[in-house]
Amino acid sequence: MATEILMPALSPTMEEGTLAKWLVKEGDEVSSGDIIAEIETDKATMEFEAVDEGTIGKILIAEGTEGVKVNTPIAVLLEDGESADDIESAAASPAPQATSDTDADAPSQAAPAKAKAPDAPQPDRSPDWPEGTETRKQTVREAINAALAEEMRADPTVFIMGEEVAEYEGAYKITQGLLDEFGSKRVIDTPITEHGFAGIGVGAAFGGLRPVVEFMTWNFGMQAIDQIINSAAKTLYMSGGQMGCPMVFRGPNGAAARVGAQHSQDYAAWYAHIPGLKVVQPYSASDAKGLLKSAIRDPNPVVFLENEILYGKSFEVPVMDDFTIPFGKARIWREGTDVTIVSFGIGMTYAIEAAEKLAEDGISAEVIDLRTLRPLDYDTVIASVMKTNRCVTVEEGWPVASIGNHISATLMERAFDYLDAPVINCTGKDVPMPYAANLEKLALTSTAEVIEAVRTVTYR
Amino acid sequence: MSARKTQAKPNVSADELKQYYRDMLLIRRFEEKAGQLYGMGLIGGFCHLYIGQEAVVVGLEATAEEGDKRITTYRDHGHMLACGMDPKGVMAELTGREGGYSRGKGGSMHMFSKEKHFYGGHGIVGANVPLGAGLAFADKYLGNDRVTYTYFGDGAANQGQVYETFNMAALWQLPVIFVIENNQYAMGTSQKRSTSTPDIYTRGAAFGIPGEAVDGMDVLAVRDAGQKAVAHCRSGKGPYILEIKTYRYRGHSMSDPAKYRTREEVQKMREEKDAIEHVRDLLLSGKHATEDDLKAIDKEIKAIVNEAAEFSKDSPEPDPAELWTDIYADVAPQNA
Repeated sequence: MATEILMPALSPTMEEGTLAKWLVKEGDEVSSGDIIAEIETDKATMEFEAVDEGTIGKILIAEGTEGVKVNTPIAVLLEDGESADDIESAAASPAPQATSDTDADAPSQAAPAKAKAPDAPQPDRSPDWPEGTETRKQTVREAINAALAEEMRADPTVFIMGEEVAEYEGAYKITQGLLDEFGSKRVIDTPITEHGFAGIGVGAAFGGLRPVVEFMTWNFGMQAIDQIINSAAKTLYMSGGQMGCPMVFRGPNGAAARVGAQHSQDYAAWYAHIPGLKVVQPYSASDAKGLLKSAIRDPNPVVFLENEILYGKSFEVPVMDDFTIPFGKARIWREGTDVTIVSFGIGMTYAIEAAEKLAEDGISAEVIDLRTLRPLDYDTVIASVMKTNRCVTVEEGWPVASIGNHISATLMERAFDYLDAPVINCTGKDVPMPYAANLEKLALTSTAEVIEAVRTVTYR
Repeated sequence: MSARKTQAKPNVSADELKQYYRDMLLIRRFEEKAGQLYGMGLIGGFCHLYIGQEAVVVGLEATAEEGDKRITTYRDHGHMLACGMDPKGVMAELTGREGGYSRGKGGSMHMFSKEKHFYGGHGIVGANVPLGAGLAFADKYLGNDRVTYTYFGDGAANQGQVYETFNMAALWQLPVIFVIENNQYAMGTSQKRSTSTPDIYTRGAAFGIPGEAVDGMDVLAVRDAGQKAVAHCRSGKGPYILEIKTYRYRGHSMSDPAKYRTREEVQKMREEKDAIEHVRDLLLSGKHATEDDLKAIDKEIKAIVNEAAEFSKDSPEPDPAELWTDIYADVAPQNA
C-alpha cells in the first residue's frame, strides 16, 4: 500500500517547521536510512531520513514551504509494483493524530484545596515504649552503635561501608567493635571516594542487599548527592515499582565546633525536599536507636542525619529486645499551653533550654521534636498550635527554604484561623560558617533567640 | 555490499549466525520505527537511537547466562531487546503508556526488568558505572558466580566516578565487565577532542584491570571477546574492560542535526562496516541461508515491530492516579 511520509517532529518541542529542501524527486527509489529532505526547526536544519523503502510517488509539499505542521503528509511512497494511481486513496486517508486523546474529564490531582474550616487532627500520642520498661543511660554514640549491631545480627544482608568504619572503628567511633564481631566482609573500609562508594551502595541495594553507607560527615556526602537523589530516590518511581533501593545513608550533619564553612552545614531541608527519600534527624539516644533500626529495615532509601556534638550526650534508653520507633511520629518533650516550639536534631537543645527558662517566667511552652522530616508529623504540630495559637521553629540550617519555612506555610494553610501571631523561624544565619569562635556563635541560632522569639509571639 | 573480508569462523553455527542476524535486525527495525513514531509526535522528550551499534549488545548477550545482570545509560533500547524484554512493553514505554515497562513513568531512558535482570536505563552520564559495580558487589557478597555487564559510552569514560569505581572494583575483585561502547562521539564532541588516550581501555592498566579493544561492527569478534571477559570475571579474577569500537548512524538524540561529522563519514561506515550486512554476507556466502530464508526473517521482524508499534499506540495513557504511586515501597520489590 502506498504510504504517506509525514512532516516529522525533530525536537521535543517542535510543532511546525520549514521544508527547506528535497533531496529526492518523484520517481526516485529510496531505501531505509537515505536522506530525503532537509527540514528547518527553530534550532537547526535537520536531515530527514526515509524509514521504509520504495519509490517517491508524489511530493505533496514543495521545498521552501514554511510553517508545515508536524504530521502533515509531505510525500507519498510507493512500494514495489504500485503506481502513482494508488496515490489518491492513500492521500485521502486522514493523517494520524499527533497526540493521543486526552481525557478531559479525568479528575485533576492538582486541584487547589478548597478553603474550609480545618478539623483538629488526631495525632498518634502512644508512648514510645511500654510504661514500666526499664531504661538506662546511654550516649547517642552507643545507641547508634547498638542499633547497627542488632540489625546486622538480625539480617545477614545488612552491611556497613564507609571511610574508616572498620579498622579505625569510625572517625567518630560509631562503628566500634563491629569489625571484630562481623568481619571485613560486612564492615568495609572504603577509599576516600564518596561519589563512587555511594553509587556502589545503591547498586548493592538494587542487587538485594541492605547497605548502610556512612559518610564521615554529610559535608562529604555532597560529593555523592547525585547518587542519593537521582539513583536511590527516583528508581522506584522510574521503574513503575519494579526496583527499589532499601538502604541507609548516615553520618554526622551540621556544625560541629570551629571547623569552618565547608565542614559545618545542615542538610535537613536539602534532603527533606526530595520525594522518594525518607529523612531522619534524631536528637535523643533512644530516638537515634529506634529510628536507625527502623531505617535499616525500611524498603526505601533513608537519609539519617546525626550530629557530632550530640554523639556524647546521654539519654534514657529503654532496655528491650527489639526497640524501634516508627517514622512520621513526632515526640512531645514538654507539654504547654502558651506557645508551640517545633524543632529537631540539635535544635532541640535550644528549644528545651528555652522552654525551661520561659517556665520560670510563667510562659508555658509545648516542645515538639519532629524526629523525622520526611514523612513529617504535621498533625502533632497542627494539633498543638490549635491549642497554643503561637509557634516558633528552631533549626541550625540556613533560613531560605528551611524546614521552619515549610512548617509556617503548612500552618497558614491548615491552621490560619488559630494563629494569634506570625510564626517565627529561628535558624542559622544566612552566611557561610565563620571560623572565629565569637562569629561562629553568632552564626548559629541560640537559646536567647528562641526565648526572644517566644516573647514576640506571645507579646510578653 | 560489505567491502570487508569476511573471515571463516569455525566456532559459530548456522543457527547462531541466524540468531544474531535476527536479534540485530530486530533492534534496527525497532529503532527505525521508534524514530518514525517520534516524528509523529507519539514519542516525546529525548530519544537516543541505537542504530549502528547493534552488534555490541547482541554479541555480548550471546555470552550471558541466566541470572547475569546488565545496566546501561540512556541509549538503552537495544540492550532491552537483546536481553529478551518484550518489544511491546519497550515501545509502549517510549510512547508513555500504561503498557510500558515502567507503566509510562520512566520513558526512553528509564526502564527496568526484574525478570530479565535489566537494571536500567540511567540518564546521568557515568552514574550507572558505580551502580553496576554495586550489583556485582551484591553477587560477590551473596556468594554466587553471576557477572554484571556495565555498559557506558566513550563520553562517560571521562567522568570521575568511573575511575572511583575502577579502583574499588579492582581492589575488591568485583565480577563486573565494564563495556565501553565507543561510538566516537560524546554527543557532538569527538573522542579526539575530549579524551587524552586513543584507546580508553588502556586506562584500566592504572588500576590493574585487564582489557582490550574490540571491533564492534563484528558481532563474532564482540562475542569472542565477551566470552573471554565473562570467563575472567566468573572465575573470581575481578573486573575486565571491553572497549568496543562502534558507530552510531543517527544523531545523539532525535533533535541532533549532527553537524560535527560529515555525511560521507556516516555513509562510509554504513556501506563498509555495517554489522548486520556483515552477518548477512556470512550467512549467504557460507550457504547457511538463502535470500528467501533471510526475507522470511525480515518479514517476521517487521511483524513484531509493527505489533509493538500498534500496541504502543493502543495502550492507554496511565491513569492519573499513577502520578502518586511508586514513590515509596511497602516492601522492597526486588526482595519480594
